[in-house]
Amino acid sequence: MRAFLGMPTAVPAREEDSRELPVAPRGVGHLRGSDPFPVAARRALADSQLRANLAQATATIRAKRARVVAELPDWEELRSAGSAIKERALANLDMHLEQLEERFTARGGTVHWARDAVEANQIVTGLVRAAGASEVVKVKSMVTDEIGLNDALAAAGISAVETDLAELIVQLGDDRPSHILVPAIHRNRAEIREIFLRKMADVDPGLTDDPPALAEAARLHLRRKFLSARVGISGANFAVAETGTLCVVESEGNGRMCLTLPQTLITVMGIEKVIPAWADLGVFLQLLPRSSTGERMNPYTSMWAGITPEDGPQDVHLVLLDNGRTAVLADKTGRQALHCIRCSACLNVCPVYERTGGHAYGSVYPGPIGAVLSPMLTGIEDNASLPYASSLCGACYDACPVKIDIPSILVHLRARHVEETARGSRLPGPEAATMALAAWAMASPARFAAAQRGGRLGRLLGRGGQIRHLPPPLSRWTRARDAPVPPAQTFRQWWAREHGDPQSEPEAQASGEAE
Amino acid sequence: MRIALFVTCLADTLFPQAGRATVALLERLGHQVEFPRAQTCCGQMHVNTGYQREALPLIRRFADTFAGYEAIVVPSGSCAGSVRHQHAMVASRLGDGELASRAEAVAARTFELSIFLTDVLGLDDVGAYYPHRVTYHPTCHSLRLLRVGDRPLRLLRHVAGIDLVELPDAEVCCGFGGTFAVKNPDVSTAMLADKMRNIVATRAEACVAGDSSCLMHIGGGLSRLSAGIRTVHLAEVLASTRQAG
Repeated sequence: MRAFLGMPTAVPAREEDSRELPVAPRGVGHLRGSDPFPVAARRALADSQLRANLAQATATIRAKRARVVAELPDWEELRSAGSAIKERALANLDMHLEQLEERFTARGGTVHWARDAVEANQIVTGLVRAAGASEVVKVKSMVTDEIGLNDALAAAGISAVETDLAELIVQLGDDRPSHILVPAIHRNRAEIREIFLRKMADVDPGLTDDPPALAEAARLHLRRKFLSARVGISGANFAVAETGTLCVVESEGNGRMCLTLPQTLITVMGIEKVIPAWADLGVFLQLLPRSSTGERMNPYTSMWAGITPEDGPQDVHLVLLDNGRTAVLADKTGRQALHCIRCSACLNVCPVYERTGGHAYGSVYPGPIGAVLSPMLTGIEDNASLPYASSLCGACYDACPVKIDIPSILVHLRARHVEETARGSRLPGPEAATMALAAWAMASPARFAAAQRGGRLGRLLGRGGQIRHLPPPLSRWTRARDAPVPPAQTFRQWWAREHGDPQSEPEAQASGEAE
Repeated sequence: MRIALFVTCLADTLFPQAGRATVALLERLGHQVEFPRAQTCCGQMHVNTGYQREALPLIRRFADTFAGYEAIVVPSGSCAGSVRHQHAMVASRLGDGELASRAEAVAARTFELSIFLTDVLGLDDVGAYYPHRVTYHPTCHSLRLLRVGDRPLRLLRHVAGIDLVELPDAEVCCGFGGTFAVKNPDVSTAMLADKMRNIVATRAEACVAGDSSCLMHIGGGLSRLSAGIRTVHLAEVLASTRQAG
């Protein structure tokens, strides 16, 4: 089996095709949950503290974002530019990646290629061992969460210290991130104080839940780690192909400590992060902070290309990760999900995410973007409930700084799921049978009118104009909502009588038959 | 102008009053409306649940049935959105380019009611009278697929006697989402609960929207709570007059 990194290769539909065609690797790592979304969501919805924390936090970020986005008269043009640059980058991804490798290597760096999470973890573990380190400091990075790097390092006897404040809270709380940008969004400050008191060996026992006090406790804890670490590990927000430059955008400055203090720096980056030109950064450095933290500019932007002699890390590595991305690239409708710059604006405006939080999505990528990205990275059958975890309200598309049409991808993935399921089984399931029956009835006005007459039996269930209980699966509706009682007369009956047409009942219309 | 009504399968079957009001309103404004009886359903439920192949005959039926009309008026943002944004996409995805181009031509003449009234007929004031306290819920697909903007509110503000109250967090989804409501009933209900809390806070007598489907969801929740607030289609408010009101 060969992996074609960054090349839009077709994913074979049938087993026998895989002998001839190269196969894009499937994403492995923290991309799948143990429960389907509706089950996990039900659990999350019952947590009133979580609901309150999320409602408060997302409303705050939403308002900040709306304010700073409204300041820019050319916001829509910026979005279009960001989308166009990403489209261009993905159209020739192989070329840009090779150019990035060449430029980064020419400046003294080393580039590694990893087809999936397992390979990436092996590469990083080997590099840390070669540096002789048993502890590494980490910059907040989604991709290392995706591949489960901390667990892989722990298995090799290496402890990874998260230095982003929110990631540290998640790590100390033995928890999982629930938001792309604000991984501990599900925690409030009282919970954070409790975690620090329990898990920070050197913390002041009189710690209060005052935010500056919490930040100071984390600062004291982390400063010692920065000064002793020999290896730093980061992700990358952008990689510029023409200059071989990596770029990390952050708010706390802890990232910069990790990027500059250790002797060895290892960066893991998804292959979709490459952009062709230095000038392209100008677009994204405007789009990203406004969309993510609601700031005009982020406090810290670090950039490096290979090594700078006698300044900063002298042993610099870049691990380019596929882990399902080439398979996403092969999907013409879905590939725009690779435009994502991980700003999390779609999470903050999503009415589903706001109520369930990120854990319900199973994957490290939650919310609307996760609902499309995770199933495409893993193969839909491994995340089959995620494309349905949306009411298709469209708020995510409007908020996306790179114009990813998430609702359309969701609809597309639902179709892919239905079609793949149908190919894999002889008999249609109950849903497919119901849908086929409904389509058959709707394909003819005569049959539709007959179905309407049948539905009028529902009048027998009505009490006071409403139905309080319907049989399964519609009981899922009447568990919390009444259903309307079918009226005595449908619209088409009313029309027929009103317009005095004796041939009015659609049964009489030959033209009404299905094709 | 030869105007056809696409009443939608839902309004036809469960909310005929929305269709009757649309006819009454357009006739009062001096237009003749036809109801092509070959119409059934736009296929949106099938497309949004993943059953595109099953939707294809419905898309073909829509294109055939409405081919001869200058304007097709739909009292639903969601169904008009499906016609405009999904029909041609599904046809071309399934390899029927001929149908895709016909669907595109028909879609361009398909209008959600408030867009038809304001953009095609050029009216903000349709001469309606509705002496009630109401709040308006802008449905997601009218807002973000069709970009109706403030058109429905402009129409409502011109209704005589109306007491129009702003709905807090109006643009947040009510949680219906078609089969989402039964595939993810708990999340859907949580979204509905917040929508109802905001509606109740307005102290309105009625919640008005341009989609029977969202109104069925919101109305089903309000009825279960015995909240004493009814749901009314925008067409019914606009069709209401001093004589008939």
